[in-house]
Order: sequence, then C-alpha cells, then structure tokens
Amino acid sequence: MGQTRLLLLGLLLLATFPWVVPNFYVTLGSSALVWAMFALSLQLLVGVTGLVSLGHGAFFGLAAYALYFVTPEGGRLSIFLTLPLAIAVAGVAALVIGALSLRTRGFFFLMVTLAFAQMVFFLFHDTDIGGGADGVFVGRPALELFGVAIPTDKHNRGLVGYYVNLALLAAMYLALAWLLRSLFGRVLSGIRINEHRMRALGYDTYRYKLLAFVIAGALAGVAGHQWVMNDGFVNPELVGWHRSAEALLMILIGGLGVLYGPILGAIAWTALGEISQLITDRQLLVQGLFILAVVLVLPQGLAGIRLWRRKAAESTA
Amino acid sequence: MANLIRGAVSRRTLLKTAGGVSALAAFGATPLRYALGAESLKVGMMLPYSGTYAKLGENINMAVELLVEEKGGMLAGRPIEFIKLDDESDPAKAPENTNRLVSRDEVDVIIGTVHSGVEMGMVKVVKDSGTLLIGPNAGAGAMTGALCAPNIFRTSFSNWQPSYGMGKALADRGVKKVAYITWDYGAGKESMQGFADGLATGGGEIVQALMVPFPETSWQPLLAQIPGLGVEAVGVFFAGGGAIQFVKDYAAAGLRDKFPLYGSGFLTDGVLAAQGDAGEGLETALHYADGLDNPRDTAFRAAFAKKAGRDADVYAVQGYDAAQLLAIGLEAVGGDMEKTDAMYAAMGGATIDSPRGAFTLSKAHNPVQDIYLRKATGGKNLVTGIVAPKLADPATGCSMT
Amino acid sequence: MLTQLLNGLQYGLLLFLISSGLTLIFGIMGIINLAHGSLFMIGAYTAFVCVRAFGELWYALPVALAAGVLLGAVLERTLFRFFYAREHLDQVLLTFALVLLFEEARSLLVGNDFYAVPVPAILDFSVPISADFSYSAYRIFVLLVCLALAGLLFLVIERTRFGAMVRAAAANQEMVQLMGLDVTKIQVAVFALGTGMAVLAGALAAPLYSVYPGMGDGFLIVSFVVVVIGGIGSVTGAFWGALLIGVVDTLGKVLLPGIAGMAIYLLMALVLLWRPNGLFARSS
Repeated sequence: MGQTRLLLLGLLLLATFPWVVPNFYVTLGSSALVWAMFALSLQLLVGVTGLVSLGHGAFFGLAAYALYFVTPEGGRLSIFLTLPLAIAVAGVAALVIGALSLRTRGFFFLMVTLAFAQMVFFLFHDTDIGGGADGVFVGRPALELFGVAIPTDKHNRGLVGYYVNLALLAAMYLALAWLLRSLFGRVLSGIRINEHRMRALGYDTYRYKLLAFVIAGALAGVAGHQWVMNDGFVNPELVGWHRSAEALLMILIGGLGVLYGPILGAIAWTALGEISQLITDRQLLVQGLFILAVVLVLPQGLAGIRLWRRKAAESTA
Repeated sequence: MANLIRGAVSRRTLLKTAGGVSALAAFGATPLRYALGAESLKVGMMLPYSGTYAKLGENINMAVELLVEEKGGMLAGRPIEFIKLDDESDPAKAPENTNRLVSRDEVDVIIGTVHSGVEMGMVKVVKDSGTLLIGPNAGAGAMTGALCAPNIFRTSFSNWQPSYGMGKALADRGVKKVAYITWDYGAGKESMQGFADGLATGGGEIVQALMVPFPETSWQPLLAQIPGLGVEAVGVFFAGGGAIQFVKDYAAAGLRDKFPLYGSGFLTDGVLAAQGDAGEGLETALHYADGLDNPRDTAFRAAFAKKAGRDADVYAVQGYDAAQLLAIGLEAVGGDMEKTDAMYAAMGGATIDSPRGAFTLSKAHNPVQDIYLRKATGGKNLVTGIVAPKLADPATGCSMT
Repeated sequence: MLTQLLNGLQYGLLLFLISSGLTLIFGIMGIINLAHGSLFMIGAYTAFVCVRAFGELWYALPVALAAGVLLGAVLERTLFRFFYAREHLDQVLLTFALVLLFEEARSLLVGNDFYAVPVPAILDFSVPISADFSYSAYRIFVLLVCLALAGLLFLVIERTRFGAMVRAAAANQEMVQLMGLDVTKIQVAVFALGTGMAVLAGALAAPLYSVYPGMGDGFLIVSFVVVVIGGIGSVTGAFWGALLIGVVDTLGKVLLPGIAGMAIYLLMALVLLWRPNGLFARSS
C-alpha cells in the first residue's frame, strides 16, 4: 500500500537524520519534531473535525508551565512523572475551555478560543506566577524510572532527545490513525462534513466535539512537555496566538486532507526558517512570500477538507 | 496509490520536496569559514539588529568594530572575524540563537546583548558550552549573581546600580515618599529594587509601583493616578523609544512641576533630541555622562562620531569596553584561547581604561564604577557630580564572591 | 476619575475607527483580516514619514487617508476578491502572510528604529483639568475627530443610498445581488473605506504612541474583540463595543493592574454568553 510504504520511508529518513548532520541540526530537528506533534494534535481539530482554533497554544504552554511549577529549583524529575502530568494538565484545561468554547461556532469559535489563549497568555505575562514576561528556566525531565536512568550529558542529550521526540511523534500518529478508523473518528469526520446531518442521525455532536477537543489538547500537552525537554525554557509567547497560527500554517502546507500533513508541514517550515536565515537577512520576507505562495497556489486541490479519509475507506493496512 | 485530486500536488512530490529541502538545509549549511584560515578569531555579535532596541544594537556593534580597527584589525596578532546574529530581543529564541553561534558557527567568543531576557537565555547556553560571553549592556542581575561563571563577563552595569545611585541621591536630599513607574519585566523590576535600596539609605520608600506591560506605551491611565498618591517625586525606568514617549507624555500631563521625575540615565541617553523641551532639566543617574572631560572620552567620542555619523552614547561606550576587555584577555595569553584560566584571570583582574573613567571588575565580573549624577541641559546630559563612587553590585547568590 | 473616563473614551474612539472597517469587511465579505493591525501601523508610519518630509501632521492626515483608501481598493481587487468563497483558514493564513510582508516592507523602507512623531504645533499645549493633572490638547483633538468621523460614518450608513446598499449587503448578500445591485462596487467601496479608516486612525495616533515595529499587534486582537462584542457587520455595534472596551480596559489598568490584560477577554466571554451573536447583531 503506497501510503504505508511512504510513511515507513519517512520514518526511516527521520531516524537516520541525526547521524548524517552536524550536531546543531539534531537539536533543530528535535524542534521540528516538537512542532510536528503540536500541529498534529491540532489536525485532529482542524482537519478531522473542522474546528479551527487559534487557542491551541494555551494547552502547549500550560503543560510547559506545569513542569515549571513541579520541578524543584535546579533539579530534575523523571519523565514518567512529568509526561502524565503534562497530559493531565493540558487535558483538564482543554475540558474547561472546550466546554465553554464549543457552545459557539465558526468565527465565534475562533474568537473565543483566541480569547481564552490570550487570557492564559496575560496570566503568565503580566503576573509573577510563571516568572513574568521574560520566562523561566526549567530543569529538563530525565529519562529515569525508580533510579534506573539513561544517562544524558551535554554531548548526547541532543541525540537522546531527538529519538524520544521521534518515538512520541510516531506513537501519536499511530494513535490518531487508529482513532480515525474507529467509529469515533468517523463521527468526527461526519461532523466536519455536515453537523446538522449528524445530529439528525442522533449523535450528540457537542459531546463528540468536546472529546476531540480534550484529546487534541492533551496531545498538545505532550508537545509542550517535549518543548521543555528540548529547550529547558518556558515563556509566555508559547501560549500566544502566533504559535497557533504557525501550527495552522504547517497543517496547510503539508496538506489538510492527510493525517501526516502537519508533520510534513512542520519539517518544511523549520527547514524554510533555516534556509532563509542562511541566504538573507530578510527572513520575514521569505516566510511571508512562502505562505502567500502556498495559500494561492497549492490549496487549489488541497482546499477541500471533503477529500479527507476517502483513503481510510480504501486502505486496508 | 497516490490519490490525486484535481489540480493537487501529489503527496509523493510533497514528501520529496520536504525531504529534499531538509537535506539541503542540513548539508548546504556546512560552514564555509574553514576557508578563512584557522588563525582568525570568531567573534559572535548577538545583538538586536531589528525591533525597538535596534539603534542600541547598532551602536554597540560599531563601537566594537571601532576598537578592533584602532588595534589594526587584529587582537593579540589574530585577525577578527565578526559573525552577526539578530536576536530580535526575543527571549524565546535566545537559547536557539545562541546555539547557532556556539554549535553551528563555532564562535570563540560571544559579545551580546541588550535585552535582559535574551541575555538569560544566552547565559544558560554558555554555562553549558563554556564559551566566553561578554555582555555589553543587558543588566540582568543574575548574570553576575546567581548564574555567575568564570567565562561570563560584563562591561556595562547591573540594573540595580544606576537606579541605586538615583535613589541614594534622593535620599541625600531627604525625599521620603516616591512612586515608581516602569515596564513589567526583569530590567524594570531590578531597577525598581535598586532605587528602593538607594532611597532606603535615607529612610525613604516606594509608596506605589506602577507597572506597564513590556513593551507597551499605554501609561495614560497610570499617569492619571499619580496626583492622588501623595508622593514627592516619581522614579522611573524606561529605555529606548519608550523613554521618548514617556517623557513627552509626562510633560504633557503637566506633572513635571509637582512630581519631579528621576531615574537611571537610560531615560535620557541617546533620546534627548527627540524629547525636546519635555526632556530639558531632567536629572538622572548613570555610569556615563556628557562633559566628563577626560582625554579617553574625548578621543573616543571623536572617533565614534567619525565612524558612525552620530554621537556616542552609553551603549557605544559599553560596547567599546567589551572589546577592550577581550583585547586585554587575548593579549595576556598571546591570542591562545585554550588558556582559559590565565585569560579569565587577566580579565577579572584588569583595569579597563574606559571613556567613562577607569573601572575594575568585581569578583562576579560586573563593573565596579562611579555613578554620576547628570542634568539634561541644552540637549546634553551634563555631569553634575558623583553620587555613588566605586559602586559594586551586591551580586546576590554568586558562588565566585 | 474624570481623567480616566476621558482616557477610556479617547482610546475607545480610536478603537472604533479601526474596528468599524473590520466589522464591515467581515460582515459583508466574510473576510477575517489579520492584517488590519498592520494597516494601523502603516498609517502611523505614513504620518511619521510625512512629518519628516513636510514638517506638520496636517499634511500627513489626508495623505494617510488617501493612501489607505487606495491600498484597500488595490488589495481588494488583486487579492481578497479571490478569497470570498474560501475557508476561514485560508483567509487567516493569507492575512498572516500580509502581516509579515507589511512588517518587512516597513523595515526596508523606514528601518527598525523607534520614532517619536511630533504633535502639530498649534495643538502642542496642555489643558489643566484638575489641580494636578493636565490633558494634552492633541488628545482632545483626536477624541473630537474620532467622534466626528463616527458621526459621519453613521450618517453615511444610515442616511445615504450607498449606506442602504451596504446595510442590505451586510444582512443578505444574495438578495442584494438578485435585486440587481452591483455587489462588486459595494465590495470595493467597503474594503477601501474600512482600510482607509484604519490607516487614518494610525496616522492620528502616531503622536500619541510613537511608531515602532509591531505596534499594530495590540490593536489587532482588541479590534476583533470589538467586532465580536458589537456584532459582526454592525457599525453601531462597533461604536458601543469600542467604547465599552475602551472604558473597561482603562479602568482595568487602574483598578486591577494584575489582570488588566485579561479584562477585555472576560468581557467578551460574558457578552457572548448573554448574546451569542454580539450586542447588535444584524444577521443570525
């Protein structure tokens, strides 16, 4: 099956990437993978269910800040403690915000999600709770369980982090792919295509949308956790709407109609950022023109979210 | 089977393009610098070349280049290669940007930056990598405090220092009740603390703190509050363009007579011309001033004006001294940066012949310097006295003291 | 207290100028324009450049208005008209790209420095409004101008034939087309008008805020909040929404400085819970 082979090839490329490039690009690749996770979590809302949210960064940032609050000063915690915590925090936040936001639709939904993200942003930016506008440093979660640890020093930390990210991304993708094939996933697609019809069929669409919102939020929490593991630094901009807009961009570049679209988009966007930095001082110009090109040229065919998951109906693997 | 939709780009193409692009980024970026010869010293200039602090970044950059030019383009016999990086005054990108200089460009030393939040990101990275970092402006206390390190130096100030001087000047005059207005970020808060400490030497205190989100200029509501606070004066910290707008707004609100404004010199340095009448007569405290009348300053100002086409300011001086400090270190080890112990020892114990007056470094590697009191007169911040001689930052939490 | 109300009023009226265009463009053409904040910035920088060239702000204002109208018309004809039928997502991204491009253009043309724009000479004085506090005459001028423009806009929308067409199109675009009116002309006109107002607002505000990179960001989000609160497509809604936001934001900064930033978003959430389509919604 063409798609499975393509995905395996992609995984192989990503797995061998760190061995063929200078060290700096391993950390850059890690960043791209974290972005990919974030965009992938948003894809569940945008591409599958048809909910365009500008507030997804809130869950990403809240998970990151949660790590800041629990990690002792100058110390580290086990990832087996921090990752579930991040997922829980992000999931609960998504439950609260989703319950309120999903009462609105379309443009209003966009604005309300944005509003909540802004509230979280100002909470961290204007108060001293999370170290204020300048951000704070957090001890990176360590790969250890009951004292048995995979030692990471500054030389192999980049490499280890990269593979943790890759593993998590693959797991996330597989989980979502499975979800899509399930009844739940099909209901979500149905909601995207025609919500009235789904309601007429007897589905409580609000509940389904809320569950999707919570799952997406929880997965964004995973990405937020990985951000801390990579950078060790959190600041309010992680919550801002610019981040969510960039995630939307990655989804669009990679393809709205395919589940791995966001992954492609994240890699392409990160690569673009690096290349534009090397060839010119005018990065924003390159990025702006690129987005313009994508929006004008590419989505002629990718514009239809309606093309979603005809693949799922056909594929058997 | 690639499912081709009318007009769509096939997934294979997308995947190939993305893969190719990433590979290109990876391989195409192999440093070409090896071609320049192993002798040159790579100096990473991580500064704001865009955004609200752009002019400050440019001044620092030019002052560093000036010093190197004065030494014939070489320090301790090694030609200098500058690698510029625009940090955009964005703390979120700071670790990544610093890593670019350290891992990708493999610089020998980093000079930067202006914004304290960005500086903190840089400090974290160089503590890991051991790269020499010389700060030409950012006054974050932790840099030479809780996060101090042998390879981290600063030739500017700590946020606490000039504001302490201003507070002390007010304490000497018997002022007891003050309001303080500033941006709500690290530099603002540390300045406020320094001001409070200086004021406390005479038993005074800050009655009300008025915080503005950084970098906004919407302080009108806060200004309107001031008359009702029962204070004798208002302390302030703003820098760059925000300082221009604030001084003008303060004057327009008619507050200057009843509630005189005092602050660290960043309020008026480099921006007096734009402030016009509103800035005239403002008293500030800073480790630099106009009219210092020492030969080093006169020579530096002339040289800088010739190179940059505009007057030198405190930022230029700090940049110049950063380069001087680097030169001292390099000359002590004959240009061999492997000898870090000897180099850092020489730098730590140096006396820098600065346009501001000679100064030394504290054990935490922050300048121990005179704080001048200045008055804005005819478009210049003329020195009126020394309010705190040889002032050292408390360096709380530094393990090297 | 009076001063704070005055502050809130002035900020709110400026906000109205910016948001009125946004609500019309969104209400009639359904375009979410993230670049609206950049229009404000363009106006401010235009004022700066004009003042530098001609000396006084008076020349800058008509130039800014004309530039804004022209820019709006050009953008509509060359770019936006292809996006009326597109998904919101595409519009969000298109306008995001425009934001980046406008910032770069500004960087190339004027540079990245922070600049102060001088107040016009005859307005360069202060009016004492209490024993200790004065109000800048220019601020009062801006307040009055915004009020006048609001009145003018109201007259146009409510009392002229063109305004009737605009209101009709906002309520039901298809019907307007079926009735034989040239929707294209309305679209271009509304876009040009909306853009022009935002640019003019920027020019007026330049002496108050100074010009610096990214100055449009703060106004962008807030103007969307105004549109949501006031009701999409309703100029009256934008007016009252903007005033409400102006006052709440100002009072928030004074009374609850810790959460001042959040105040307007809480307000929006509350309004939407009470009236899910905004206070003065025209169409459902």
